[in-house]
Amino acid sequence: MEKEGLGLEITELRLGLPGGSAPILVDKNEKKRVFSDISDDHENSSTDWKLTQTKNQVVGWPPVCSYRRKNSFHEKDRLETSKMYVKVSMDGAPFLRKVDLSMHEGYSDLAVALEKLFDCFGIGEALKDAENSEQVPIYEDKDGDWMLVGDVPWEMFIESCKRLRIMKRSEAKGFGLQPKGSHKGNSKDVAK
Amino acid sequence: MNLKRKNPNPDPSSPDSDESTQLSSPFPDEVLERVLSLLNSRKDRNSVSLVCKDWYDAERWSRTHVFIGNCYSVSPEILTRRFPNIRSVTLKGKPRFSDFDLVPPKWGACVHSWLLVFATKYHFLEALRLKRMTVSDESLKFLALSFPNFKALSLLSCDGFSTDGLASITTHCKNLTELDIQENDIDDKSGKWLSCFPENFMSLEVLNFANLNSDVNFEALERLVSWCKSLKVLKVNENITLEQLQRLLVLAPHLREVGTGSLLQELTPRQHSELKSAFSNCKNLNILSGFTEVTSIFLPVLYPACTNLTFLNLSYAVLQSDELSNLLIHCPLLQRLWVLDSVEDEGLEAVGSNCPLLEELRVFPASDPHEDEIVHGVTEIGFLAVSYGCKKLHYVLYFCRRMTNAAVTTIVQNCPDFTHFRLCIMNPRQPDYQTGEPMDEAFGAVVKTCTKLRRLAVSGLLTDLTFEYIGKYAKNLETLSVAFAGSSDWGMECVLKGCPKLRKLEIRDCPFGNAALLSSFRKYESMRSLWMSGCKVTMNGCRLLAQEMPRLNVEVIKECGNDDCQADKLYVYRSVAGPRKDAPPFVLTL
Repeated sequence: MEKEGLGLEITELRLGLPGGSAPILVDKNEKKRVFSDISDDHENSSTDWKLTQTKNQVVGWPPVCSYRRKNSFHEKDRLETSKMYVKVSMDGAPFLRKVDLSMHEGYSDLAVALEKLFDCFGIGEALKDAENSEQVPIYEDKDGDWMLVGDVPWEMFIESCKRLRIMKRSEAKGFGLQPKGSHKGNSKDVAK
Repeated sequence: MNLKRKNPNPDPSSPDSDESTQLSSPFPDEVLERVLSLLNSRKDRNSVSLVCKDWYDAERWSRTHVFIGNCYSVSPEILTRRFPNIRSVTLKGKPRFSDFDLVPPKWGACVHSWLLVFATKYHFLEALRLKRMTVSDESLKFLALSFPNFKALSLLSCDGFSTDGLASITTHCKNLTELDIQENDIDDKSGKWLSCFPENFMSLEVLNFANLNSDVNFEALERLVSWCKSLKVLKVNENITLEQLQRLLVLAPHLREVGTGSLLQELTPRQHSELKSAFSNCKNLNILSGFTEVTSIFLPVLYPACTNLTFLNLSYAVLQSDELSNLLIHCPLLQRLWVLDSVEDEGLEAVGSNCPLLEELRVFPASDPHEDEIVHGVTEIGFLAVSYGCKKLHYVLYFCRRMTNAAVTTIVQNCPDFTHFRLCIMNPRQPDYQTGEPMDEAFGAVVKTCTKLRRLAVSGLLTDLTFEYIGKYAKNLETLSVAFAGSSDWGMECVLKGCPKLRKLEIRDCPFGNAALLSSFRKYESMRSLWMSGCKVTMNGCRLLAQEMPRLNVEVIKECGNDDCQADKLYVYRSVAGPRKDAPPFVLTL
């Protein structure tokens, strides 16, 4: 930012006579600016304002209070990046819940959370021993296919899981689950 | 228990009393005090206290509520000396621009030193309302333990405390009627504070914990709601599901104000109708808020409850225009409406068509305009539509993408009774998009037409002419907010010289310098405060002001890396308490 014209001249103080008018500071280089100067002058201000001309760097503008900013402005970010909410339904339960997958460290952690949500047991067991458990936790992935929870590494799971469902074993047969360990023929190489 | 005045009446038989003493108090003081105790308006009380010494004394003994707009303008010692019988205190701390991150952290406005004095002088304190103050957990605990009659705590835009502090309040304040926690910067550790209410707690009338994110124990909340038969206001947080909300509404159909939790839950048809019926049984419902993560499916649940709604706060709900439109059809008595600009101009047209009694409208931006690639939001069209349909409109806060002088002129012709006109054209220095001219004539029309205007916020491309208009016409103006506007010192001088009732002036990023600052320095003693940041004032100019006006506190917030001559952020305010004793190193008192 240019500073000429507003440097030392400002420090030239003239005190008024006793009983006289208030002391006035004179900036000799300052002149009234016609508005056309202003509108043309956006990019090349000769004043030494702190304001930078790039929109993104203006602090506190627009004047929305910081609480509202956090809760409104970054809602998309909140939901998409820092949190990973997916809906969970359980057969027989009257309402859906949601879980934040980013809050859990692994499958057993998730199982505990689901058990708490639906006030039931057995999900943890189901993850260990899918063949024999009453409940079958499954998830819908990005491609729209239903997969058994626990098949793929956790990180891959949370990236691709769109929805969760805890199904009754009796419903599971004939549902069309992708077989365990199947490769889905996409370019990402699952096996490491 | 009221402290009694000493020597209330002169003894008529004493040799000192004579005709003139008795004539100067036509009423016994007790009568005067009784009459004055009916006065609630602080402006009236201030006028009363200026009449004569007797009236000053009677007023100060009868005042039970005090409002302090700037916590540094007076000290707790001076306050308690003048007003011995206070039961309720409202305190405001940081300058308003701290809401926009313009004030560094740890600036001050701590409530603790006030509480220490209140503990001895106002032992029967009942209510404390704080805005933009720093409050610690230690302070909250001290508060909870020091005031046996404490009833109401309201914290708005405060910081420095955690949910542990709230737990102190809920544990120890046996007579609590109000706990209102709003928009604070809280360290949210857990929801246990709610479970700290004693078992048979019955007195709560207001509970607002929408600010807090941690899960609370729902059984404890249910018990609380069912025991507190006088509960009027309940605003829950996002962790309360719709099903839970329904159960609470069934327990408390007498609620006047409800803030919803999360609306993401998918409802079965039975749940849907149960919720709808619960809402419609709330016959006293006047105010609705919350609505985070709202879905279209949810809104019809509210329709039967909207008949008596006077205030609808949808400012956290990303609604489309048709969703708003369908909702507003059911809200004929609406007086206040807060929305996001996702409703667009069409949504505002629905406001104009459906809400003839509307007095206040606030339209907030739904997303950060700097980061959004797609431009939506509202324009002059929406505002015009509202002004045609809502003739009683007197309060507006409007964030928009574009505006014209012609539109604003028409708007104020339609609604000449504006008391609060806060227009934010979000792109700084943007001209009238149709004519390319500055927005001077728009604000000129506002101040010329709206003679009752008390608060004004300007935006867009503005020259000194805007401020000439303001100085010339805005004779009732009390608060003015200015950003990225003006051409020279003359603009600010016009305002300082012209607006006789000006109390708060806050300016950022304008070409106003020392000449403007010093043009009417006596003015600042009649004002609560002046804020100038990103302007052209220098340290020497500020020092001169401080020299000339010893009863003003002239403070500069210095930020490192900046030129030593420039006064980055200037905060000037009148005070009877002298300079701050608690100023941090980056606040220089001149």
